[in-house]
Amino acid sequence: MAVISRGFGARRRESDPDLPPGQFLTTDFPVLSAGPTPDIDTADWSFTIRDETGETHAWDWDELHALGLEDVHTDIHCVTRWSKLGTHWRGVSLDRLFENVESSYDFTMVHSYGGYTTNVPLEDLLDGKAWIATEFEGEPLDPEHGGPARLLVPHLYFWKSAKWVRGIVMHARDDPGFWEQNGYNMYGDPWKEQRYW
Amino acid sequence: MIVADWQAGTVTDAARATPSGRVLTLDIPSWPGNDPGQHLDLRLTAEDGYQAVRSYSIASYGTGPRVELAVDEVPDGEVSPYLVEDVRPGDELEVRGPLGAFFVWTPAQSEPVQLIAGGSGIVPLMAMARAHHDSGSTAAFRMLYSVRSAPDAYYAAELADLVDEHFALHWAYTRQAPDGWAEPAGRISRALLERVTAPASAAPLVYICGPTGFVEAAARIMVGLGHDPARVRTERFGGA
Repeated sequence: MAVISRGFGARRRESDPDLPPGQFLTTDFPVLSAGPTPDIDTADWSFTIRDETGETHAWDWDELHALGLEDVHTDIHCVTRWSKLGTHWRGVSLDRLFENVESSYDFTMVHSYGGYTTNVPLEDLLDGKAWIATEFEGEPLDPEHGGPARLLVPHLYFWKSAKWVRGIVMHARDDPGFWEQNGYNMYGDPWKEQRYW
Repeated sequence: MIVADWQAGTVTDAARATPSGRVLTLDIPSWPGNDPGQHLDLRLTAEDGYQAVRSYSIASYGTGPRVELAVDEVPDGEVSPYLVEDVRPGDELEVRGPLGAFFVWTPAQSEPVQLIAGGSGIVPLMAMARAHHDSGSTAAFRMLYSVRSAPDAYYAAELADLVDEHFALHWAYTRQAPDGWAEPAGRISRALLERVTAPASAAPLVYICGPTGFVEAAARIMVGLGHDPARVRTERFGGA
């Protein structure tokens, strides 16, 4: 039986079945980053996937958009306990980017401008589950929210949706990324509350 | 660092510190201790079983059982108003932690450090400043603490006592400066940071904590002043 906090609960919010356990709704879009927001010019931007042979597949800004943007309507859940429901994004499906990538590895390390990394199993990036997102609510993605482009993998806690994304490297093993080395869960399923080590 | 399960605690002190916030002292018998800069999850349970959890930075450090938080009331929040307005000594709650291994300073670090706090963002930096002082560290510490006005500052008297040859403290006021203050009130600027923070040539480790807009601005200015982005660590306060 949990400890009861005397007098708590008067200002409670309505519960919502779309809210994972331990999360609260916000209408803001809070920012969580470990360091400064980088300035990235789309003229200099590129995105690269590298497989175990060292072969790279690369796209510049225009080549990315030529693959076709999809509308994504999704809920997002931050490990710091806020969730936003019904957000609208536009981005390129990772299925398109991985179309010609042949790898026997099952894990990926996602890399960002500024040095951030996060590990995601390959299967969590495929089959319509992840995008390189460049628009949020009809506008180009703000730099503080990861613009010009961030990974969007909304079925995992949002630190997996790496801001300022620049590439993916295939890994044989599930090696830990930045937050995963600093106390946070290797996988991060919000519905199982996989927050910490 | 495997995070333990929820640990029961008791509020032992709840002191009004600013117009919008209080410093809470908790007694958590099973607290495993924490490094300066870490945070915890705090869980409140209503009599009918309703629960809410929020994360708070920790102003204290070291081994338990005494854990100190400073909580700013978020308008329309559900947890922070309880902690700032309602909770009183003897009340019970639960915590989980400590959490986070990145926004941390320990006395084993000897390099120069620049701390930049906005509002209640002082909390994790206070733990670092306390640990720096208590350990007798000779690492060159500088702190810039930006507040709306003097009464909005947490820990003003204690910070003043920390000032010595290894700890420099600078105040910035965004809404109202004290009488006789040399600078008009205003948001932090490049000119201010250039004047009162450690230069990039000293290669300090920079810790910035506060509301998102403050942290974005301060981090951007420090990088513009030549600091290596990889040596600028940030923590944002959202809340509810």
